[in-house]
Amino acid sequence: MDEVIGVAIAIVVAGVFAGLFLKGIDRKLAAFMQSRIGPPIAQPIYDILKLKQKQTIIPSTSVRWLFTGAPLVALTSGIVLLLYISLSYVCYIIGLQSPVQGDLIVIMYLILIPSIAIISGAFASGSPYASIGAQREMVILMSTELPIAVVVLSIAWHVADSMYNPFALQSLFEYTLWHHAGAFGILGGILLFLAMILVLPAEMSKVPFDQAEAETEIAEGVMVEYSGKLLAFLLLTDAFKALSLSALIVILFFPYTFTGLFGLSFSIGSYSITPLIEIIFFIGKVVIVYSIGVTVIRVIMARLKISQVAKVFLFAVSAISIIGMVLIMLDPKMKMI
Amino acid sequence: MNTGSCNACDIEILATLMPRYDAERFGIKLVGSPRHADVLLVTGTVTEKIKDNILQVYEQVPEPKLVIVIGGCGSTKGVFQESYAMAGPVDAILPVDVYIPGCPPRPEAIIYGIAKAWEKLEKLQK
Repeated sequence: MDEVIGVAIAIVVAGVFAGLFLKGIDRKLAAFMQSRIGPPIAQPIYDILKLKQKQTIIPSTSVRWLFTGAPLVALTSGIVLLLYISLSYVCYIIGLQSPVQGDLIVIMYLILIPSIAIISGAFASGSPYASIGAQREMVILMSTELPIAVVVLSIAWHVADSMYNPFALQSLFEYTLWHHAGAFGILGGILLFLAMILVLPAEMSKVPFDQAEAETEIAEGVMVEYSGKLLAFLLLTDAFKALSLSALIVILFFPYTFTGLFGLSFSIGSYSITPLIEIIFFIGKVVIVYSIGVTVIRVIMARLKISQVAKVFLFAVSAISIIGMVLIMLDPKMKMI
Repeated sequence: MNTGSCNACDIEILATLMPRYDAERFGIKLVGSPRHADVLLVTGTVTEKIKDNILQVYEQVPEPKLVIVIGGCGSTKGVFQESYAMAGPVDAILPVDVYIPGCPPRPEAIIYGIAKAWEKLEKLQK
C-alpha cells in the first residue's frame, strides 16, 4: 500500500511536467507545420513560473469566494482525474497490485468536473465575455456527453463477454478490443476511435471547438478575468486534462505494453529498467494521440460557429459512435449475451 | 492597443508574429485579455476620445507591467503636432518604458524593442 501511495505522488509530480511538456510539444509541432521555429518545448513551464510572480487581480464585480475557489477545484479535480485514469495502468505496467480498478462511469463524471468548476468561476467573474464563454462551454459539454457515453458503453459491452469486470479500466489491459474482434468489430473500433479523437479537442477547448475561449472574438471567454496565480492554476488544469484525456484514449484503444509487443526486457546490471521503458513508451503514445487529436486538427481548421458545434456533435459524431457500437454488437466473432 | 493610429504599425506587429520573424520562438504571443498581458503595445497618438479607455486597459494589466510605444506618432505626436483632437503623445498619459520609432517600424526593430523591454523587466525583478 505504501508503494502505491509513492507511485501516486510520483504520478502527480511527473504529471505536472509531462502535461506542460505535452503542451510545449503541441506548440512546437504547430509552429513546425506553419514553417515557424516555435517556442522552446519548456515554454509552458516558463509561463507558469512567470505567472507565479504576477499580481493576481480579483475584479470588484466578482463573487469573491467562487471566483478564487473555482480554479482550485478545477486543479484538484484535474489531478484526481489523472490519478484515477493512470494509477491502475502504471501499477499494471510496473507489476504492482493496484487498489483502484478505474471505473469507466466515474471517469465520465470526473471529466466533467474541471469544466464545471471553470464555468462557475467564469459566471462568478462578472464579465459579460466570461458569461458568453461559460454558456458556450456548457453547450459543448452537453453535446459531447452522448458520444463519450456511447464509446465507453460499447467498449464495456465488448468486455462483458469475458470473465473480467466490464466497467473497470484494468480489464481493458487484459482484454483489448482488437484481439477478439472480427472485421465488423475492427471497423466499429476504428469508428469509435474517430469519435473519441473528435471529442478530444472539444473537451480541451481547442480549434475548431474553442468557442468558449475564442480569444479574438470574446477575449479568451471563460478565462478573461483570471490573472496571476489563478491563471496559472487554470493552465495547470489544462495540462492535467490534456494528459489524462489522451491517456484515457490510449488505455481504451491501445493499452499494449512495449514488452508485450516486442517481447523484450531491459536491465542495467541486475536492476530491471523495463518499467521505466514502459512508462516512456506510454507517454510516447499519449504524445502521438494528442498530436493527432489536437495539434493537427487545430492547425488545419478554423473555428466553427457555436450552433455548428452542437450539430457536429449531436448528429455527426453521435452517428459515428452509434454506428461503431452497432458494428461491434453485430460482430459474429464476439458471442452474444 | 490602437489609440488612433493608421493601422500600419498594427500590420507590422502581425508581421512580427508571422513565420518570417516568428516572435513566438521567444515565447511571445498576442493575448486576448489585458489580464493575461505583461506588456501593453500602444500604436498611434492618443486621441481625446480614447484617453479614458487606454487608462482603463492599462489599469487592468497585472503588475509588473511595461508599456511599449510603437511608431513615430505615439512617440512624439508625429504629423499631428497642432491637431485639436489629440491628447498628446503616449508618454503624456501612461508611463512609457520603451519607444520604437519608425513609420511604421520594421519587425526587426519591434523585436529589438521587445528584447529591451525584457531586459528592463529582468532588472525590475532584482
